[in-house]
Amino acid sequence: MFSLLQQTAPVVVEESETVIITESAEAAGHGADAAHAVAGAADAAHGASAPGMPQLDFTTFGNQIFWLLVILAVIYWVLSRIALPRIGGVISDRQGAITGDLMAAEEFKQKAKEAEAAYDKALADARAEAGKIVAANKAEIQKELDAAIAHADAEIAARAAESETRIGEIRASAVEDARSVARDVTAALVENFGGKLDQSLVDAAVDQRLKGALQ
Amino acid sequence: MENLGQLGQYLGAGLACVGMAGAAMGVGNVAGNYLAGALRNPSAAASQTATLFIGMAFAEALGIFSFLVALLLLFAV
Amino acid sequence: MAEEEAGGLVFHPMDQFVIKPLFGEGPVNWYTPTNATLWMALAALAITALLVFGTRGRAIVPNRVQSIAELLYGMVHKMVEDVTGKDGLKYFPYVMTLFCFILFANFLGLLPKSFSPTSHIAVTAVLAVLVFAGVTVLGFVKNGAHFLGLFWVSSAPLALRPVLAVIELISYFVRPVSHSIRLAGNIMAGHAVIKVFAAFAAVAAIAPVSVVAITAMYGLEVLVCLIQAYVFTILTCVYLKDALHPAH
Repeated sequence: MFSLLQQTAPVVVEESETVIITESAEAAGHGADAAHAVAGAADAAHGASAPGMPQLDFTTFGNQIFWLLVILAVIYWVLSRIALPRIGGVISDRQGAITGDLMAAEEFKQKAKEAEAAYDKALADARAEAGKIVAANKAEIQKELDAAIAHADAEIAARAAESETRIGEIRASAVEDARSVARDVTAALVENFGGKLDQSLVDAAVDQRLKGALQ
Repeated sequence: MENLGQLGQYLGAGLACVGMAGAAMGVGNVAGNYLAGALRNPSAAASQTATLFIGMAFAEALGIFSFLVALLLLFAV
Repeated sequence: MAEEEAGGLVFHPMDQFVIKPLFGEGPVNWYTPTNATLWMALAALAITALLVFGTRGRAIVPNRVQSIAELLYGMVHKMVEDVTGKDGLKYFPYVMTLFCFILFANFLGLLPKSFSPTSHIAVTAVLAVLVFAGVTVLGFVKNGAHFLGLFWVSSAPLALRPVLAVIELISYFVRPVSHSIRLAGNIMAGHAVIKVFAAFAAVAAIAPVSVVAITAMYGLEVLVCLIQAYVFTILTCVYLKDALHPAH
């Protein structure tokens, strides 16, 4: 492992030399070539105390910082001027649309409720009307029925009365018939027994007897 | 003599990496306690994820420091 | 670069971070377009493509690209609002700039043969120092001397407060250091580890293991790239909150 890691030494050497030479030969403008030339011949001992991490190569810091600030400014400009207002607008639009839709839905619901109430009311009215008509019809029919019943009752009463009188007549005539039959029979009986027929006495006796039997 | 110096560098770098064990325990502790708390009270868990990440970041930063020391020893000394 | 021994394992994990001029050879002057410039510019182009051309339709019902753009927007917007409150939303464009730049630089750096600008201390240090300086100036402008209350922990016993103030002061000035090194270190470490595994692939016997390891590391790196962008952004928000509401 140790021998493997030792291989980093040449890298370190070359980089460090590049850095050093770059710094010194910056004005000359051909630093890289000079660096390579020197690095090839450089002693390994030099490298141990030189920066090997590219992150610690301070010659590139200015470059990175400059470009970072440029890029950050660009991104900030793009975001704050274009992207963020647009996305924020879209999101709030959506929120508005959603609340608008919800309110519209609420309105429609209210309307539906009103329509239902109106329908219910119409139904109730129609029912009440129907009930009224039914009641009226019923009353009328009742009246007619009452009249018919009264009429029928009267007729029945008249007939009954008529029948009564006739029954009375029939009964009276029947009593009269029974009486005359009884007188005749009694007279005949009295004659047969050889009695002297006194018609008025016979009649009185028969009437006397019949008084209890015939009403 | 020079090899001895390099030996010291590599030994030091390796020892510095032991510091990462501490960061590992720290991060594990943060995450474990978060999970334990979240299981007890799941409704409060969602509001504390930011705190979780902040805590993890702080714990982890120290491990990164030890990593940085190792790198500096390897490459920059 | 270096003269390589034939047949042996060659580890050059840091070579991928070397900054080279884009056109020809020569010294890297402050204006020279380099590979770092190229990949930062590509990140800017990708951001523009996603956030500007992706949302060109301004559709109420978004298509896929617009959904992603809105997802990013919503995520950062919510983060800023949750951490700093409503008054922090003024600084949302800058936070979004940071997040998008770091995220895209990280992800583009994962492409083979590419270059990660965020693996360089110089880049992340500038990002962190911009945040640090901006937040400090903002704190003093908004709160005046009140901003120093950040270091005076009024809930601690009086005797302890000076000690705590020193500690708070130190931790305040360590912020940009850890803020920048965290990002650069994570990206650098991930790329270097992948490179080391790739060097092992030169030996036929362990090449399959190496390929599997690279794949696994790559998956982890995808996660790390997102998480580091997220962490950088949320720490920016936390620092911003400290500047806007310094009450401890």
